[in-house]
Amino acid sequence: MPTTIIRRRKSSPAAHADEAGLLERLRGGDEAAFVTLVNRHHDAMVRLAATFVASRALAEEVVQDTWIGVLRGIDRFEGRSSLRTWLLSILVNRARTTAVRESRSVAIGDPTGVLDRSRFDETGGWATPPEHWIEDAEERLGAAALAARLREALQGLPARQRAVVMLRDVDGLDADEVCAVLAISAGNMRVLLHRGRAALREALASTMREVGT
Amino acid sequence: MIGTRPPLACIEVVELVSDYLEGTLSRSERRRFERHLAGCPHCTEYLAQMRAVLRLSGRLVPADLTPQMRSEFGELYRRWRAERDGP
Repeated sequence: MPTTIIRRRKSSPAAHADEAGLLERLRGGDEAAFVTLVNRHHDAMVRLAATFVASRALAEEVVQDTWIGVLRGIDRFEGRSSLRTWLLSILVNRARTTAVRESRSVAIGDPTGVLDRSRFDETGGWATPPEHWIEDAEERLGAAALAARLREALQGLPARQRAVVMLRDVDGLDADEVCAVLAISAGNMRVLLHRGRAALREALASTMREVGT
Repeated sequence: MIGTRPPLACIEVVELVSDYLEGTLSRSERRRFERHLAGCPHCTEYLAQMRAVLRLSGRLVPADLTPQMRSEFGELYRRWRAERDGP
């Protein structure tokens, strides 16, 4: 049984070569290359910025600002990191600065244990085991409704968990890339990822309970 | 020390699931984890659900730029190009 989730969607060598090509065209003055690049990363950037600042409008402003910064600094990009890591790191820096300016606290403490202690008995075994729903979840709820529920649950995560889960599981960044972009330790990232994923699982489980068997 | 550690309890397995999926458990931890799974349908179910969450998350499709945003970013780019190339 494979034990690792391997997702290299957007950091494959082919994607890398493709981004290098886009970058070259962009430096050469090709507007379409820029719009393609923006289209590819914009949504993820807005979602990420929104984990730092108070509103969607402000998040979009930060992203717009980031793109201006990217264009002005494009000749300084040497390809030591992937283009995406570079873009997202610039974004996070700006978003943090904006968040401080807007004086909104971004630190959120995590409680202990991802499931309620009452789910387990005194020996640490399941008292209320997880219900069985995965195989027929899509059939019962429909793929679109399931995706909508998942998006909603993502929105409900604490900001730092949301940032990590989105980058790692939705946008498919490597663990190292996530740490680099958010400037957090691997241990810290794993804790946030763990709690975020567990909360998403809980949300889907409760949705499936509502739908009934 | 090898083989002397007590079996994992379900409550501990739940806390290790993400690290297991990330492949960051040590060999011995992973063996302990898998030993528990082999005898525990509930934790096996929990792991399968976690995998389903990851699969579904990976399928969420990012939104494309609207035509208006495309033209705004085009404009942004032209301004930058003009600025760079000078008067």
